[in-house]
Amino acid sequence: MAEDTKPRSATAQAKADAALPALGPLGMIRWAWTQLTSMRTALFLLLLLAVAAVPGSLFPQRGVNPEQVTQYLQNEPVLGEWLDRFQLFDVYSSVWFSSIYLLLFISLIGCIIPRAKKHWQALRTPPPRTPARLSRLPEHGRIALAPGAAPASSSETAARAAALLKKRGYRTEVRDGAQGASVGAERGYVREIGNLVFHTSLIGILAGVAVGGAFGYNGQRILVEGDTFVNTAVAYDALSPGTAVDVDRLSPFTVALDKFEVTFDRESSTHFGQPIDFNASVRTTDTPGGEETPRQIRVNHPLRIGGSDVYLVGNGYAPVITVRDGNGDIALQEPVIAVPQDGVYTSLMVAKVPDARPEQLGFVGLFLPTAGVLDGVGISLDPSPALPQLQLNSYFGDLGLDDGAPQNVYVLDTDELTELNSRTLDAGGLVLNPGETIELPDGHGSISFDGLKRYVALDIHHDPAKVPVAVFAALALLGLAVSLFTPRRRAWVKILEDGGEGDGGDGGSGEHGRILEYGLLARGEDPRLATEARELQSLFEREFTGAERVPV
Amino acid sequence: MPTINEDLGAYSDLFMLLAALAYAVAFIAFAWDLAKSSRTIRELESRSLAEEARQLAHAGHVQAAGAGAAGSGTVGASPETTPDGPPSGAASAGEGTEDGLIGADGALVHESMDYTDGAARRLAAKVAVSLTWIAAVVHLAAVVSRGIAAARMPWGNMYEFLSTGALVVALVFLGVLLRKDLRFMGTFVIGLVTLMLCGATMGFPTPVAHLVPALQSPWLIIHVSIAVLASALFTITFAMAVLQLIQHRRQDALAAGKPDKLPFLRLVPSAASLENFAYRVNAISFVMWTFTVMAGAIWAEAAWGRYWGWDTKEVWSFVIWVVYAGYLHARATRGWTGARSAWLSIIGYLCIIFNFTVVNLYFNGLHSYAGV
Repeated sequence: MAEDTKPRSATAQAKADAALPALGPLGMIRWAWTQLTSMRTALFLLLLLAVAAVPGSLFPQRGVNPEQVTQYLQNEPVLGEWLDRFQLFDVYSSVWFSSIYLLLFISLIGCIIPRAKKHWQALRTPPPRTPARLSRLPEHGRIALAPGAAPASSSETAARAAALLKKRGYRTEVRDGAQGASVGAERGYVREIGNLVFHTSLIGILAGVAVGGAFGYNGQRILVEGDTFVNTAVAYDALSPGTAVDVDRLSPFTVALDKFEVTFDRESSTHFGQPIDFNASVRTTDTPGGEETPRQIRVNHPLRIGGSDVYLVGNGYAPVITVRDGNGDIALQEPVIAVPQDGVYTSLMVAKVPDARPEQLGFVGLFLPTAGVLDGVGISLDPSPALPQLQLNSYFGDLGLDDGAPQNVYVLDTDELTELNSRTLDAGGLVLNPGETIELPDGHGSISFDGLKRYVALDIHHDPAKVPVAVFAALALLGLAVSLFTPRRRAWVKILEDGGEGDGGDGGSGEHGRILEYGLLARGEDPRLATEARELQSLFEREFTGAERVPV
Repeated sequence: MPTINEDLGAYSDLFMLLAALAYAVAFIAFAWDLAKSSRTIRELESRSLAEEARQLAHAGHVQAAGAGAAGSGTVGASPETTPDGPPSGAASAGEGTEDGLIGADGALVHESMDYTDGAARRLAAKVAVSLTWIAAVVHLAAVVSRGIAAARMPWGNMYEFLSTGALVVALVFLGVLLRKDLRFMGTFVIGLVTLMLCGATMGFPTPVAHLVPALQSPWLIIHVSIAVLASALFTITFAMAVLQLIQHRRQDALAAGKPDKLPFLRLVPSAASLENFAYRVNAISFVMWTFTVMAGAIWAEAAWGRYWGWDTKEVWSFVIWVVYAGYLHARATRGWTGARSAWLSIIGYLCIIFNFTVVNLYFNGLHSYAGV
């Protein structure tokens, strides 16, 4: 803990200095506990945590980008396997990372509890007894009391000094000792409270994250203009629910995408065509068939609905195509997702037509929103759909879908297929403009480019612990600021009946009136102790000598 | 979307170059101050030794010149040469030596880094500070005009992060200079600012443009401004930690009776007071960094759907936070104060640099807004 009084380190030090004692099992546990809760161990674990977090930025992480992990494992099979064995693709859920932070939090709890107890006692204990020699303290001073301004009785003077200190936030106690009246005062108890609140809130954040992970879910869904999403498990393209989520009982809201618009920069010469706004117009209902509400989803402006949040995380074009098979029947008629590869939406597109008879058909190629030609190769010149064009190869044969093995919908496995159209064949590649239809060679059917839609990629998140985590975070920040910036100080005031009887500080000679002596002690880092001493000096002078306040 | 003013953008670029030039000159002046001061100190020192020898001879002592300086505990007027300096904090620090002409470490710089009488003689440093002010004003004009040209906060790409960051470092340094005599750090801080501006104008020149949608949020202002401010403060404490380590070695060497190899470090306060000052600043910037991470998390929740997702930038922000948390704990752990905690502060700053440069430029992540 960021605190300079060190009960922790002191005990730890004492234990460390002693030779390892002969321990019973209970003693061993106690010894281990003391070690674990020592400041030294906490510091070590903290630094270890920092080091342990680094690999997560060096290797792709399953939780962040699973495709990259797969890619990595393909490119580096041997190294990748070893890395995977040490959970380096799942750093933040790995055994070693978890054990570091769990140990750290246990150590933290072992520190918080005794400190909270101690502070609870400190809060009910009066300020410490008045030291014999205030002049030994780092800040101290004396004021000769003017007979008119100060009360005649010492204890009354002390009481008034105590009242002044109280106004400055000190907790005070007036004493009538053998050596005369004195005041003991202490302030800044809230420093330790802030410290405890900060560390407790960290535990709260960790607990919140755990609860959110168990009771929350997140999933992805691609939605083409005109489609409707109903929040049920089957409607997701991918869904990762927490362990405590019942996927059959998700909040059944619906989101229908009417229109998706992108605004591109058309003014800048240097950033021409850079997107400056994405806007999805949707209609939502809380339950299927419920009342529809028109809403917008934009980047930085998610749709909050049914306790979940819907985010716009991607977009692209979905050319609508119709494929007729060798029998002349419509085997496919739908918008096909084209995955953008660059800023001008040069998009990869794969269409699988398992229903085509007698032979299954497959298409793979490019969608270009504004088609152009560079060195004989088709490229996109602009992200907006000014001259949309499909440039495809076609295949026939067995798509490999019938045996039920899972396949990536964006990859066409051409191992069992025969090429029909390609720029290397006599038949050439398929180049389709909107409204055009091309017959496939050898009577395998035809393909038409009927129209163009846009699609959005949505992330749907449900995290019930979000608000508690935010509250704990705010508390942590508040506690941290209080614990670092509230000075904890002790102050004492003594009323000396005769200046000559004092502890012989500065210039006792010639003073025979009563004297007020004060001293200040900082507990912990306190650069402004001297300023506080000057403030007190001027306060006391104003109160007891009638002097005007001197600005400090 | 308001129109981009490309003419104003061009003026902004020009101002930026002028500011870089002015900083470069200020940097030279700060370096000149250090070099000159070390010479002045030596001159004054030899004069004082001669004077002392004369007095001693006059008093009838048969001692070689200089031998009686340390430990003789003579009259109050003669400054005590205690190379180790009193440990920090205490109000008594340097009060006596403050008026001392030379010979004491406290003569040119106060332990609490307040301005001293001795400080008034540093003409080169005064010139350097004035130049820094001029540079900062031109720099401010450059950043503001860039913002107006783009009709937004100029914090959208690497060029803008660097140029705004450099401005904040310079302004924070100047702000502290108003109250504390940190001119001994001028060479370092203004050198760094010059470097940052050169890096921005030469390494990442980016024409003014609109923000990409992900950055169009009020959190850009909150999150980035506090991040930049915290980094600026960490920059200053980094410089102090480095100086603290050097000063520490020098003090040890002097205590062991070795000759002073780095006399210009007399312009720098003792290692202990550097450590204390750096701790206070680090405490402030740690709170700011905590806020930066939290504000980032709130923004991430709105933009990407989760408040924490171990994106590379998040990983490194977390590492930085933990390292500085370690630093704060080290200060309360026996055996970890002094040089060790200074090293932690340095490591923390290196993580910040790494997070800003390598992570922005070479790591693929959601924070890839470098614009390169």
